[in-house]
Amino acid sequence: MSADRKLEAGRRALETRADILHATRAFFLSRGYLEVETPNRIPAPLPESHIDAIPSGPWWLHPSPEICMKRMLAAGFERIFQIAKCWRDRERGPLHLPEFTLLEWYRAGVDYRQLMDECEDLFLYVAGALGRGPAISYRGRPIDLAKPWERLPVADAFARYGSVPLEKALAQDRFEEVLALEIEPRLGSPKPTLLFDYPLAFGSLARRKAGEPAAAERFEIYIGGLELANGFSELTDAEEQRRRFEKENELRLRRGRRPYPMPEAFLRDLSRMPEAAGIAVGIDRVVMLFADASSIDEVVAFVPEGL
Amino acid sequence: MYSASDLRKNLRIMLDDDPYIVVDFQFVKPGKGQSLYRCKLRNMLTGSQVDRTFREVDTFQPAETEEKNMQFLYKEGDAFHFMDNESYEQIALTAEQVGDAKNFLIENMECKVLLFRDRPIDITLPNFVDVVVTEAPPWIKGDTVSGNYKPVIVETGYKVSVPPFIEQGEKIRIDTRTGEYLTRVKE
Repeated sequence: MSADRKLEAGRRALETRADILHATRAFFLSRGYLEVETPNRIPAPLPESHIDAIPSGPWWLHPSPEICMKRMLAAGFERIFQIAKCWRDRERGPLHLPEFTLLEWYRAGVDYRQLMDECEDLFLYVAGALGRGPAISYRGRPIDLAKPWERLPVADAFARYGSVPLEKALAQDRFEEVLALEIEPRLGSPKPTLLFDYPLAFGSLARRKAGEPAAAERFEIYIGGLELANGFSELTDAEEQRRRFEKENELRLRRGRRPYPMPEAFLRDLSRMPEAAGIAVGIDRVVMLFADASSIDEVVAFVPEGL
Repeated sequence: MYSASDLRKNLRIMLDDDPYIVVDFQFVKPGKGQSLYRCKLRNMLTGSQVDRTFREVDTFQPAETEEKNMQFLYKEGDAFHFMDNESYEQIALTAEQVGDAKNFLIENMECKVLLFRDRPIDITLPNFVDVVVTEAPPWIKGDTVSGNYKPVIVETGYKVSVPPFIEQGEKIRIDTRTGEYLTRVKE
C-alpha cells in the first residue's frame, strides 16, 4: 500500500491516538501530576539484560525515560508523568516497533497496589473520554473495564494456564516462552488482568516483596491478551540496585552483548529517592486496544519500512 | 552462521540435519523478557511443515543448498535431462523430483535447480513460458461471450483454459507460477 493510502486508511486510528493522548494528559493533570520532559538521548541506558538501546553518537537513545524520571523523584518531584518516544533495537513484530511511545508515571509514597488502582482509573477515564462505556471489545473478545480488575499472581497464572508450574519453567529457562505463548493469550478477558509478583530475576528495578524474598513487587496489565504496561514498587536500595545491574551486565556479556556503563549519577540519586511506584504504558498498544487493531502498524502514521 | 535475530521469511536453515525454509515468522517479546521467534518452517526434502519457537541464543547453519543455472535438454521416458551451464555436466531428474515444473519444461529452457548435498530438490522456472497448442477444440463462430473459456493441451501435455479464439498450432504464454494462460503470442 502506498504511504498516502496507508495514512488515509489509518485516519480513524490516528484520531483515536490523538484523543487518547489528550485524555491521558487531562487525567494526570486532574490528579495533580506534573507533565515533564527528559532527554531522549542519554549517556547510558540502565543495564538490563534483554533491552538493547540504539546508539546515537557516543550516547544512546533512551529505551525508556525511567532513569531521568527517577532522578526527578529523588529531587523532590512527587507526582510526575511523561509521554515519550523511546527506542529499542531489534524489536519488530505485530506488537513491536523499534521506535514507540511510552507513557510513564511515578508517584512518591505509594506501592504497586495503589498504582494498580490508578491504572484502573486511567483506562476507565480514557474510555469515557473516547465516548466508550466500560464495556468494549478487542479482536472479538468482550472486555469489561469496570473496577475491580482481575488480580492474578504470576505463580497462579502458571498453575492455571501453563503447561508447567512456575518453578519448573524457571528451572528450564522457559519462563518467557510459557508466559508469552501459553498464558498471555488467555489473560485480560472479559476483565483486564493485573498479573503481579514476578520472580525476582524478572524485576531488576523492582522492590523485593516483604515476606516473600523470591518475588519482586512488579505487575503487568493485560487486556484482551495484549500486554499493555509494566509497573512496580521502586527499588530504593542503591547497593542492591548496583548488584542487580552488575548481574544484568553479566547476562548481557553471556548473550554476546556489550555491557552498559554503571549509571553512577542514577545510583547516587537512588539512595535519597523516596519510596515510590512507577509504571510504563505502551501508548501504541493502548491505541491498538481502543482502535481494535491487530497490528501496531495500524496505529502509527509511518512504520520504519515505509520511510 | 545465523542467529535467531536473522530469522525472516524465506531464510533457508539447517534443522535436525535437514534443510528447511522459513515460511512464516513472528517476533514475540514478553515485557522486558528475552525475545522469542515463532517460526513455521517447511522441510525442503519432504515438504512437511513444522512450528518451532527459537530464542535469541539459538544459532543455525545456513541450509547446505546450492542453486545452479541449468538448461533443460530433453525428456526421455521418466527422466528429465538437464545440463549445468557452468560445468556442462549433465544430470537426470525423475518426474517426481521435477514436480509441477514438468508442465512447463520445454527444450533449451533456462532454469534454476536447487541442490541439497548435490541432490536436486527443487526447480525454479522463468515466470513466463511460451508453448505451442497441440490440441484445441474448434472455435465456434459467434461465441464471443467473455469469460467463456475452453480447455486446450499444449506441447508439454499440460491442460490449460484459454479464450475460445485460440487455435491448434498457435503459441500462447503461460504464467508458470499460477499455471494460467496470459496471452496469445504472435510470431
